[in-house]
This record gives sequence, C-alpha cells and structure tokens, in this order.
Amino acid sequence: MDNQVKMRAQNVDFFYGKTQALKNVSLDIYANKVTAMIGPSGCGKSTFIRLFNRMNELVPHTALRGKIFLDDLEINGPLVDAVDIRRRVGMVFQKPNPFPKSIFDNISYGLKVNGIKDKAFIEQKVEESLKKAAIWGEVKDRLGDSALKLSGGQQQRLCIARCLAVETEVILFDEPCASLDPISTTKIEELILELKKDYSIIIVTHNMQQAARVSDYTGFFLLGEMVEFGKTQDIFTKPQDPKTEAYITGRFG
Amino acid sequence: MERHFDQELSDLKKQLLKMGTMVETSIFESVEALKELNVERAIKVISDDKAIDDLENQIDECCLDLLALQQPMAVDLRFITMSMNIATDLERIADLSVDIAQRVMDLVGKPLLKPLIDIPKLANIAKQMSKDALDAFVNKDAELAGSVILRDTEADKLRNLVQKELIEDYMLKDTSTVTRAVPLLLIARHLERICDHATNIAEDIIYFVKADVVKHHPERLEGNN
Repeated sequence: MDNQVKMRAQNVDFFYGKTQALKNVSLDIYANKVTAMIGPSGCGKSTFIRLFNRMNELVPHTALRGKIFLDDLEINGPLVDAVDIRRRVGMVFQKPNPFPKSIFDNISYGLKVNGIKDKAFIEQKVEESLKKAAIWGEVKDRLGDSALKLSGGQQQRLCIARCLAVETEVILFDEPCASLDPISTTKIEELILELKKDYSIIIVTHNMQQAARVSDYTGFFLLGEMVEFGKTQDIFTKPQDPKTEAYITGRFG
Repeated sequence: MERHFDQELSDLKKQLLKMGTMVETSIFESVEALKELNVERAIKVISDDKAIDDLENQIDECCLDLLALQQPMAVDLRFITMSMNIATDLERIADLSVDIAQRVMDLVGKPLLKPLIDIPKLANIAKQMSKDALDAFVNKDAELAGSVILRDTEADKLRNLVQKELIEDYMLKDTSTVTRAVPLLLIARHLERICDHATNIAEDIIYFVKADVVKHHPERLEGNN
C-alpha cells in the first residue's frame, strides 16, 4: 500500500531577518507514520517543524517562501485561520507547558475555546484523551488537582492529551523527552508508537537512538538544508550521504 | 574527529586479523600435512585449534560489548555485525582444517591411492580465496571480495571432479580402495566448504563496504553476467 501524504512542504525557504534558516526544503509527511528530524543544533529542524502549524509567524521579522499543505489545504493561504491549523496540527514542546490550572481544565480548555458547552461531552472527551495519552490511571482520582503538581513525564503526557482532546490530526513533537528521565522517556516513546495508529507524527530529537526506535522515516538536516530523507532503517544502517553517515556515527567535527 | 570508539574498533579489527592469520596457517599446515602425510603437522593443526576457538569467543564478546555500550550506527554497525560473522566463518574454516588433519591421520601408513593432483589444486583455491577475503577485509576492497565469490564455482567443480573420479574409478571398481578413497573424498569436501566460508566472508565485506546485500543474490555482483 502506498503511503498517504498527510502534510507536504514544497520548496520551503525560511528567513529570520536576513539570515536564511531553511533552504529549499521539500518533504512529504505520511499519514499514520512517525517522521523524525535529526541534525546538529541550529540546523533548522525545529524551525522546520514549527512551520507545519504556523508557529513561526509569531516570531517577528521572519519570512517564508514555498508552500506547506495539510491534506490539500495550503496552510498559509489567505483564508486559512492559523488557530484552526494549530488545532489540527498540535504541538508538544521540549519543556512540558501545562496551564496553571487543574488537570481537568487543561484538557477541557481547548474544547471550551472551540465553543463546546456540553458538560457530559467534555467529561467524556477529557477521559478519552487522558486514556489515549496513557495517563488516565495516574490522574483519574485527582482531576481537580493542579497540573503543576504532576511530575515532568506526567505533565508531558498531559500536554499530549491536551492535543488529542481537540481532535488534532498531526502532532509535532519538539524534543519531547529532552527534560525527562529514562522511564518517562520510554513511556512517551511507547505512546508515540501507539498514537501513530490514529495520528501523523513529526518528532525533532537530538537522541539518535530515539529517532531510530520510534520513527518510520528520518530526515537529516544540516545548515538549513535537508541532506537526506529516507526510511529510518536505511538512514541508520546505510545512509547514502557521507554527511549523514558522519553525523549519525558521531564523527562530525 | 577521532573518537575513543575508533580505537576500540581498531582493536577489534586487529583481533580479527590475528584470527585470520592463525586460520590461514591452519589451512596451510593441514594441506602440507596431507602432501607429506605428516602426523606431527596434522597433530599440531588439531592442537592449535583451541587458540582459534578462544579468539572467536573474545571477538564475540568484544562485539557484544560494543553493540551494548556504543549503540553503533551505519558503517560502525555494519563493521561490528560483519566482524561477528567473519569470526564465525573463520572459526568454521579452522574446524575444517582440523577435519582435514584428522583425515590425514587416517591416511598415514597406507600407500596413497593415486598421486594427488586435483586436491592440491582445490587446496590452492581454498587458501587463495581465504587469503583474498582477508586482504579484501584489510583494504576494504569490495572488488577483490567480489572476485572471491566468483571463484566459488570453480571450487565446486573441482570437488565434483575429485568425487566422481574417486567413486567411479576406484570405489566402484575395487571396494578394497574404499578406506583410502573416503578420506580423500572428505578432504575434497572440507576444502570446498572452506571456499564456501571464504565466500561468506567476502559477502560480508561487500555489505560492510558498500551496504549492498549480495548474499543469496549473485546477480547483484558486478562482473557476474
């Protein structure tokens, strides 16, 4: 079966002021697959994934050339609402960022913002999202507690649940385990593998083993360019480009 | 950038080369023992095998440590998995030399059935294939490795020739030759198996150097038309 393209970047250039951070990057993100972006710090991989839900336009003096599609929709098109894109393309950051509210309110917030008032529906959605994010068992008896009381790993799963509640389609993970211990990291990785059944996932990670473990496809970025893109098992066993090989074997220097 | 890991990989390579040299000696000595029907030389091949076995264990352990501790990727990963395979094949080659030495001991004290012509030829092919496989490893030479693989058919043909001759010209005609013919038949078989293991090594080297899988895919080999 051919992979279905969920998102597509087409000849993307991106500038911070006069500095070009991305150079002519084209890439397909497949539905129900995990795509990992790897590369040294400053290579443009985070900038790149932030384009998929228009997060970069919140940064002043930036400019984008090229097109990004979500299904057939060009997400930067004139009539497209950025908030709607960010609902459909959720994001989980390096540092968990729960709202300073209760666990329940963290999840229900997005629904209420979207105009949903049906209490029973909201409760059901909260439970469903927390279950999908594999944290329900740990929080079900204290949904009224502040989310800030949770551990880092739990907060990160709560943030994932928050994306799921608003019926997101794509989840962007930007170094989701960078501040987590190995056990929490394993839980997040397992969760990513579980979530790809229903969502399309893009993950930026510095942890090469993590990219190898969780992703189906991997793109290697260097100095704003995508050097190589391919199936993860090929990238990690027989990369085609010597620059990819140097990076993943740690010979860079 | 030189990594600490590079030193460990280089040590692994040295161990494999040491094992390769020991195995080459083992093949050479077993063939010489056959030519001379020399018991002492045959016994030495058998007793020297223990050191090769020990080295195989050391190499395996070293590879497992590197896999577990360094989580190697790409060319490093291919090098380590190839090393494990090569160590296995080298150890098998050494075992086959021991088998040859044991057959030599069966033959000692009995007149040779016939002058040895094709078996030394086969022995030369086996020695050269093993040597070239190791040279290809040292020099990361996929082309030489490819030539090793292509020579395997020659070894198979020669083994068949020896087998046919021993069976049809001797064993079927005169059953009293069987005790002297069977060891020679087995030796031809052992030598041909050495060539098979040298072929395996060569296939691993091509995977290591070019990331191409030619094992069970001879059509992928350049020059094999």
